[in-house]
Amino acid sequence: MVEKELSVQLETGLQARPAAKFVQEANRYSSDVFLEKDGKRVNAKSIMGVMSLAIGSNETITLQAEGPDEQQALDSLMTFIEQEK
Amino acid sequence: MIKVRVKDLIERFDLELVAGKDGVHREIFTSDISRPGMEMAGYFTHYPKERLQLMGRTELQFLYDLQSDEIEDRMEQLCTDITPGIVITRGLEVPQALVKAADHAGVPVMRSPYKTTRVISRLTNFLETKFAPSTALHGVLVDVYGVGVLITGKSGIGKSETALELVKRGHRLVADDNVEIRQEDYDTLIGNPPNLIEHLLEIRGLGIINVMTLFGAGAVRNYKRISMVVHLETWEADKQYDRLGLDEDKLNIMDVDLPKATIPVRPGRNVSVIIEVAAMNFRLKRMGINTAEEFSNRLNSVIDDVE
Repeated sequence: MVEKELSVQLETGLQARPAAKFVQEANRYSSDVFLEKDGKRVNAKSIMGVMSLAIGSNETITLQAEGPDEQQALDSLMTFIEQEK
Repeated sequence: MIKVRVKDLIERFDLELVAGKDGVHREIFTSDISRPGMEMAGYFTHYPKERLQLMGRTELQFLYDLQSDEIEDRMEQLCTDITPGIVITRGLEVPQALVKAADHAGVPVMRSPYKTTRVISRLTNFLETKFAPSTALHGVLVDVYGVGVLITGKSGIGKSETALELVKRGHRLVADDNVEIRQEDYDTLIGNPPNLIEHLLEIRGLGIINVMTLFGAGAVRNYKRISMVVHLETWEADKQYDRLGLDEDKLNIMDVDLPKATIPVRPGRNVSVIIEVAAMNFRLKRMGINTAEEFSNRLNSVIDDVE
């Protein structure tokens, strides 16, 4: 399992549209991906789960991936979260 | 972690704030409640000052038999800087010395018109619910014939679609995709949706829909005790699925074992109907009717007769 703590750079945070894109990206990988904020852990492939966390800009979250393509999944999702727009 | 403040108690139980207004934002950290009887007698060595203090007729009557300087001294010791609050029951009069000490230390003193034992049990219930251990799970929680069924499975297996069909068949949605679970007592799990996504369901191709505005208030529930788990997975030809129902598979969530059924998904298998039947079968078993076991016994007796 790989894990990474990072802060959200997206200007708007994970609003509905970026959240949908994020989940789509997560679904491209066969690994299980999880997202954690304030001790709440959700499946990153589930849009309702991700949106229920209401992740804003500059908040710190933890990404976890486990599976055959865990490193790729983690890297690409990190890039997504750390881009500014 | 949920924070409980004294003002939450005042609002929830409609308590009358008598003194110590500055302290209504004090936080309560434990569900234990103390009745400071020994403390009234002057023994403060083991005073559980971090707990909510409850004073009823006994404690107050004892206090009135003391000298006024003793009363003042004990009231001052009672109101520490970490005591969340003091509740006076039965609508009794609050001693002047307590009002003074509480105002000074900023410890809220509240009054309830009810009997001490009733106040204790209601406060304990409220606090235990608030402090119950909790977790969140990926899954969908539906109330099927009064049985709380947690549907789990990989993303895209059709959990939400199954829930939608169950709702159309008259059952109730509790939470889609993300279920917050808290453990009440030691053997009860209660599931509820995160506030933000209450009543919502996500269906691929349609997007987010509101089950309550679409199907009415009867189609949703705000929380439900979880009684069983149905795990959906894609059909694998070489995997062994339960054919008899003699052995009950279990899923452990926060030390609580829940009966779990693994249902393979494949075109032509109506998962909603299977879940309905699983829920009814669960109720039958709880009523003492176990078809698999009864059949197995019948088979055994026939085999014995032949021998």
